[in-house]
Amino acid sequence: MPGFLKEFFSRNGIGMGAAILGLVLFWTIGLIILPQLSMLDFSFRPNLPPPEIGGPKDVYTLENYKYLIYGPEGGSQSYNAVDLRVFFRTLLAAVCVTIFNLILCYPIAYYLGQSKGNHIRIFAIMLIIPYWINEILRAFALRIIFGETGVLNTLFVGLGIWDTPFDFIRNDIALYAGLGYAYILLMIFPMYNVIESLDKNQIEAARDLGAPWWRIHWRVVIPYAKPGISSGCTMVFMLSAGALAAPQILGGPSSLWFTQLIYQQFNDNNDWPQGAAYAIVLLVTCILFVLAMMRLFKVNMGDIGK
Amino acid sequence: MSAGVGVDLENLWIRFGDFVAVRDANVNINGGDFFSFLGPSGCGKTTILRAVSGFLEPSEGKVLIGGKDMRGIGPNKRPTALIFQNLALFPLMKVWENITFSLEISGASAKERRKRADELLDMIALPDQGDKLPSELSGGQRQRVAIARALCAEPDVLLLDEPLSALDLKLRQHMRTELREIQKRVGITFIYITHDQGEALTMSDNIAVMRAGVIDQIADGKTIYNDPNTAFAASFVGENNVFRGKIKQIMGNEALISTNRSGELVARISTANQGKLAVGDDAMMFIRPEAFAIAADGVSGDHFVTARVNHEEFEGNVFNIFTEGDGGKEIKVSLPNLGQSFDDHTGQNITLEYETRNAVLVPAGELAAE
Repeated sequence: MPGFLKEFFSRNGIGMGAAILGLVLFWTIGLIILPQLSMLDFSFRPNLPPPEIGGPKDVYTLENYKYLIYGPEGGSQSYNAVDLRVFFRTLLAAVCVTIFNLILCYPIAYYLGQSKGNHIRIFAIMLIIPYWINEILRAFALRIIFGETGVLNTLFVGLGIWDTPFDFIRNDIALYAGLGYAYILLMIFPMYNVIESLDKNQIEAARDLGAPWWRIHWRVVIPYAKPGISSGCTMVFMLSAGALAAPQILGGPSSLWFTQLIYQQFNDNNDWPQGAAYAIVLLVTCILFVLAMMRLFKVNMGDIGK
Repeated sequence: MSAGVGVDLENLWIRFGDFVAVRDANVNINGGDFFSFLGPSGCGKTTILRAVSGFLEPSEGKVLIGGKDMRGIGPNKRPTALIFQNLALFPLMKVWENITFSLEISGASAKERRKRADELLDMIALPDQGDKLPSELSGGQRQRVAIARALCAEPDVLLLDEPLSALDLKLRQHMRTELREIQKRVGITFIYITHDQGEALTMSDNIAVMRAGVIDQIADGKTIYNDPNTAFAASFVGENNVFRGKIKQIMGNEALISTNRSGELVARISTANQGKLAVGDDAMMFIRPEAFAIAADGVSGDHFVTARVNHEEFEGNVFNIFTEGDGGKEIKVSLPNLGQSFDDHTGQNITLEYETRNAVLVPAGELAAE
């Protein structure tokens, strides 16, 4: 038995230790790893009616992945232009949402992290409470704001700033706002955590040596906050790319999110293998993209946990 | 480097809400001086430093640097550089980048900066350490890097906020000498904040003794030690024995006081209080432990104190005798170890003798907490 397990059992007792260990293993293996593996398995199998599962046609195939790239066999186009466009547009949009969120949240996190006093706690509570409201309700609330007869349009048309209502939804502004808003906390809190531990003297020292505010941020605060920034960006990117409710409710009719395609495969087409393949492609691409970004910005895997 | 820019504080008040951190401070610091603010924690000395560096605007009064009013000028625009108590080196920058951060701001090329960093690293006796991170250096080395970083900005005034307090005793004593040498070499004004009277006395040209927002005395170290203005200055700087009493008679610059437990004793009135004390005033007389000598038994008079010895200790360079004293406090007597034999007096009465010039009389006042 390895040392850390021995210590774990001696601290918790055999019975309690076994129970905790069992639950943790059930959680990670039973609820996370095995279902994902079965999805992986699905993605390499043809979509067969239940009687044929396990039969001679049930063999491993790359068909589902090929479909994303080449489209249906004998199709009119040589590439699956529609789905691929949705795929790359989703990734690009997720990057945009992440950058937008970073720009929005960094000042908030900096302010929260460097101020002292009770008002900070109130500020934090005001950020957290809206998250008690479920995602669907929040998304529909944004529709009320951004809709054709919504708050913003009524206001601006009423004031005579615009002649005709602006279609926030068709132009995806509502979608970006909704996605940005959905993950704002996941961006703020990791950055806040790191910035809070930054010695105020560092900032004062830089100021004392003549640095203007932007250089203090560029040379002192941002390098220090990098683990928090990368942790926040990773979460926001992953969750934006994988969001479903916000695109469903706030997306324009012409702008599908890749998750909506996956959902259609599973639900409308009842093609689980195809859906699984799409989901796996999205997952793997996101992971590779994040790893590439981490490499580019010289972030260690350990920093993400901060 | 430009030398000799003085700093003046004129009627400086700093308040935080109802709390007065600095009360009507008036200080003239000569250009090129090593000037210390000495006082216990919470006395307002760091607040003064922050007002000089520009992180804090005074509530009233002025901070003048080189005769120029600094109101409204931010810390990044003042000709000062501050060395923080915890040094505040940038942990993610290499040593040479830390040192030349001020040059980076003024847009110097990397090559120029590297060259300047190497010069300064030579000056602080850390050649070839430029590519390390601050965390790879020892405490004393980091200290020197912080000094180099501040000097690189070519300030007219260097402000030091207890920079030695994190170091161990040996290193602290070594750094005292080194700081003083650096100050002499660069010739700029140093303003040093400390609660350690040893640091203040050994390094400074002039010292301001502070207590609860008030400056009690500004003078050179010798004067502060030998001729304190107030009971606080007398008791805070160095070890001192206090005798409380009322003034019975004034003879020129000397006075006779009736002490609570040692009878009538003669003392010299401290220079600042001459002509200000009157018969009947409550006063305090201070005699340093090293100013006592043991007299023959049985003698008495106005410069002899008789007391019972509580305990004794041998400290190496001195032999300390602690006797019963005034108001529950012990009188400490330090006899230099010149090879003589020391008798054990524990439990016996001894008679101590002092010279009048070594007994300083000030008005009764607050003593420094031990």
